[in-house]
Amino acid sequence: MSITESDKDVRITTPADVCGMGHRMKRKEDPRFIQGAGHYVDDIKLPGMLYLDIVRSPHAHAKILNIDASAALALPGVLAVITGQDLKAAGNLHMMPTLMSDTQMVLPIEKVVYYAQEVCAVVATSRYIAADAVELVKVDYEPLPAVVDPFQALKDEVIVREDKEKKSNHVWHWETGNKDATDEVFSRSSKVVKQKMHIPRIHVSSIETCGMVADWDKINEHMTIYMTSQAPHAHRTVVSLVSGIPEHKIRVISPDIGGGFGGKVPVYPGYVCTIVASLVTGKPVKWIEDRSENLQADSFARDYHIDAELAADANGKITGLRVKTLADDGAADAAANPSKFPAGLYSIGTGSYDMEAAHFEVDAAYTTKPPGGVAYRCSFRVTEAVHMIERMTDIMAHDLGQDPAEFRMKNFIKKEQFPYHSPTGWDYDSGDYHRALRLAMDLIGYEDLRKEQAEKRQRGELMGIGISSFTEIVGAGPSKDFDILGIKMFDSCEIRIHPTGSAIVRIGVQTQGQGHETTFAQIVAEELGLPASAITVEHGDTDTAPYGLGTYASRSTPTAGAAAAVAARKIRDKARKIAAYLLEANEEDLEWDVNKFMVKGSPTRAKTIQEIAFAAYTNFPQGMEAGMEAVNYYDPPNLTFPFGSYICVVDIDKGTGEVKVRRFVAVDDCGNIINPLIVEGQIHGGLTMGLAPALFEEIVYDENGQNLSGTFMDYLLPTSMETPKWELGKTVTPSPHHPIGAKGVGESPTVGAPPAIANAVVDALWHLGVRHLEIPITPPKIWKILRDNGIDED
Amino acid sequence: MIPGKFEYFAPSSVKEAIGLLDRYGEDAKILAGGQSLIPAMRFRLAQPEILVDINRIEGLDYIRELDDYLAIGAMTREASLEKSALISQRYPLLADTAKVIADPLVRNMATVGGNLAHADPANDHPATMLAYDATLVAEGPDGDTIIGIDDFFLGLFETSLAKDQILKEIRLPKPGPGSGGAYLKIERKVGDYAVVGVAIQLTVENGTVTAARIGLTNVAGAPMRAKNAEAALIGNAPTGDILEKAGQAAAAECEPWSDLRGSEEYKRDMVRIVTKRAIRKAVERVGA
Ligand SMILES: Cc1cc2nc3c(=O)[nH]c(=O)nc-3n(C[C@H](O)[C@H](O)[C@H](O)COP(=O)(O)OP(=O)(O)OC[C@H]3O[C@@H](n4cnc5c(N)ncnc54)[C@H](O)[C@@H]3O)c2cc1C
Repeated sequence: MSITESDKDVRITTPADVCGMGHRMKRKEDPRFIQGAGHYVDDIKLPGMLYLDIVRSPHAHAKILNIDASAALALPGVLAVITGQDLKAAGNLHMMPTLMSDTQMVLPIEKVVYYAQEVCAVVATSRYIAADAVELVKVDYEPLPAVVDPFQALKDEVIVREDKEKKSNHVWHWETGNKDATDEVFSRSSKVVKQKMHIPRIHVSSIETCGMVADWDKINEHMTIYMTSQAPHAHRTVVSLVSGIPEHKIRVISPDIGGGFGGKVPVYPGYVCTIVASLVTGKPVKWIEDRSENLQADSFARDYHIDAELAADANGKITGLRVKTLADDGAADAAANPSKFPAGLYSIGTGSYDMEAAHFEVDAAYTTKPPGGVAYRCSFRVTEAVHMIERMTDIMAHDLGQDPAEFRMKNFIKKEQFPYHSPTGWDYDSGDYHRALRLAMDLIGYEDLRKEQAEKRQRGELMGIGISSFTEIVGAGPSKDFDILGIKMFDSCEIRIHPTGSAIVRIGVQTQGQGHETTFAQIVAEELGLPASAITVEHGDTDTAPYGLGTYASRSTPTAGAAAAVAARKIRDKARKIAAYLLEANEEDLEWDVNKFMVKGSPTRAKTIQEIAFAAYTNFPQGMEAGMEAVNYYDPPNLTFPFGSYICVVDIDKGTGEVKVRRFVAVDDCGNIINPLIVEGQIHGGLTMGLAPALFEEIVYDENGQNLSGTFMDYLLPTSMETPKWELGKTVTPSPHHPIGAKGVGESPTVGAPPAIANAVVDALWHLGVRHLEIPITPPKIWKILRDNGIDED
Repeated sequence: MIPGKFEYFAPSSVKEAIGLLDRYGEDAKILAGGQSLIPAMRFRLAQPEILVDINRIEGLDYIRELDDYLAIGAMTREASLEKSALISQRYPLLADTAKVIADPLVRNMATVGGNLAHADPANDHPATMLAYDATLVAEGPDGDTIIGIDDFFLGLFETSLAKDQILKEIRLPKPGPGSGGAYLKIERKVGDYAVVGVAIQLTVENGTVTAARIGLTNVAGAPMRAKNAEAALIGNAPTGDILEKAGQAAAAECEPWSDLRGSEEYKRDMVRIVTKRAIRKAVERVGA
């Protein structure tokens, strides 16, 4: 790890023993993870537990003629085989709603619509017997033509969803921005660049696959569910609505989660089957996906086909953006976006640039591929938007013969323009884009690199420098616009201070590796002066945590993080009253200092938060409620807008077309920093997950809809060996509307990195007439360009 | 990812193992490092009814330089090859190979014998052993058989070993004066099977190549030698045009197919490039 810039801008107001915001506190959760004592869904073992396994379709599109489970049922230890017919008979459970008010099959009755689709579920007394029984279920199929390409799908020659009233693969059309104004701007702009691009289908590939243990207690009519869930409360509500079990009779526990990245937001058929299996057998039932099932059938991400146009005036000032996009939904619109945003927050695509007008149109198509797409470490299609605008900006700069850094500097929204109202209607809260890019340029030595590149080009060597100056939009979101299935996207925190001055903090969001147990303790430590080490953070159990919408889209800090600060401030208000009573002073005469209230002007007359907490249970004013606790449901007034500038240097092997990322500098601005160590960890991981689609990962189907990349042998997750040394820098521009000025950071690097890498590769090849390369930029793609241009190794 | 049912035996001698193979015939499979066999069983691509685990048999895991040759026990793990000073000093082609097979976890288990007996053209040792002109020793009910490497690989996953034979030892000629070797592999990421791999072992005397053997990885249905490339080298100085000729010959004689690793055309060109680079590296080592 290399930290090229110090923590000089990080705000620290508490001493090390309190360890509030800004301290590099080691993660409280790590001792248990490092020592192998994490407790995941697959670690749950209940007496009498049964196991569920799933029969999957070998076809992308086929009629189901017959399902013969007799041989499977004859195998000793097999208790049941659940089919779509069974689910239908049990109250139309064969279909389920998606988060986007579409429907999706749980188990099919008529036909299958994607490769590896769940066909039926086997329940047995052991995992091994269940796996053997899967082999014994005989399903007769009549193959139907697959439709893999969404443009082809729109011709409606093969209808994917015959169950729907509208016999068409066109799912929806959505627009935002101002069409007329944009057309007008384009008509008078002297320079327009156009580019089509595909943001390929990828998969989150969390280390832990999805799984569940459902435990139906017949006597108490109570369902306990252990689930790989990023949003346990939302899932409890969904389970209640779908199953009819009253919500107070359902407890969802999301234990330690081995990575979510958006893949553990949707409800998958396997979960529903597991719940039904437990209801039917009256026994606890476990279902754990294997790697291939996870990779082949669970929600994908991205898969946007983009057609973009960017306009500029004669001086190279960007004037407008026009974008048409086709989203490949697969067999259902199972995206995990807020309800009112079918294309998520894609309209953030005007990015970091000030322009007069913009217009976005998005259509979605059904294809015979697994449904999705989830917001893979991304605040709902921001990754697609940023790739688009950062590629377009680069193409425009190159086309105008201007340096891409200078071009960006000229077109950035200026510091004094914030809060900035974007042409697509967003109100950017704060930013200083010039400073972030300048810092990145200084850290990497931009001007020298350009000189080196020019010299190398003379010698026929291929080197490229790529920039990405992205703006994120996270923290969904304000209740007036943001809901999921009608539930507003607030989030929550409940704090209880114990008499001896330690505390428990419960939050409505759910960590999957982000370090909530540490950062939320630091937020409360910052506000109350209690040592972060004396604060337990709990989440993931719907019986104890306050209701919240969960962790994804970088929303935990902007929403629940704010709730934690606000709840702590409520406690401080009460503490002031108690302190005034104890000190026999007026409340107005007290002032707060790190961890105590003292009488203004006489610092020896003070009461620490610990003394006050004890008094809250032992010696409080008559008429005051005992105890010290508070809860807050925080409805953010706006989203937050983290940003950054990344610069990447690549060298290309002329013989093989291999790209080597020589250097990568990432300057991030996520507002006030809760814990620089955790932020850097998030950025390291996120950059690696940004490198992945840029150079390696893609889910590939053949023309029959068979998944060709269904194992880690062919779905290429980069390892530490492929990962360059990340060089980090930071600027701090606090969010003006967030209680602690923080913005969220988990996703910035995943969003910002791919275009920096793509831009660097294109930059290395621009003189050969290359304007664009589709990601993942694999060696064969570059090899073709090299040989077509007569370039070979010396 | 759960294999089908199987019965498991762990014999403690080669004789006992051969007895089991003899008794169960086609239903039985030898389990060495398990790094090819177990994944295939987990995907249920292989469903052997009997596993004969040879890991408990003593005396099959060694690296010894004898008077005439280097002897490697079939159960020698890749990690042992990787760490052996003898191998890294005197057998650079083998050292190169062991380092690029899979990842450290796999290499702790995977065996040289299993890598060859599996006869997967995507495995790296076949090309290397072809380049070394290795000799294999197998034991069956009728005693030991010596097999020249050129006669060993018959096709995809197919060798000249009989069902009841166990590969025991791999013998490599000791490096003579003027000899050098190298293995180069293009992979999509670390731990990947080769897009293409080229193994070369050559002898250079007075600036002229007097002997050369080249093996290719993952560009044909079975492990193969690039004989035309060898011919292009032998009798010539290994420089400029000759390298290009050898590279082109190898590119022409391999038989790759298009898949996610690249088109046929791309792979052929990579064979050309990597052959040239491997020769250059081997020649550099002759000097060293
Ligand atoms: C993730 C991963 C990546 C890999 N990448 C590579 C790579 O890049 N390059 C590479 O070369 N390999 C790679 N491998 C394969 C690995 O090297 C295997 O271990 C090797 O191919 C087989 O050796 P084994 O000892 O594991 O044999 P096993 O898997 O135990 O056996 C393989 C076959 O050989 C037979 N067999 C084994 N030993 C004997 C013997 N002594 N006599 C007769 N028959 C025998 C077995 O019956 C079986 O049919 C990879 C494996 C994995 C899991």
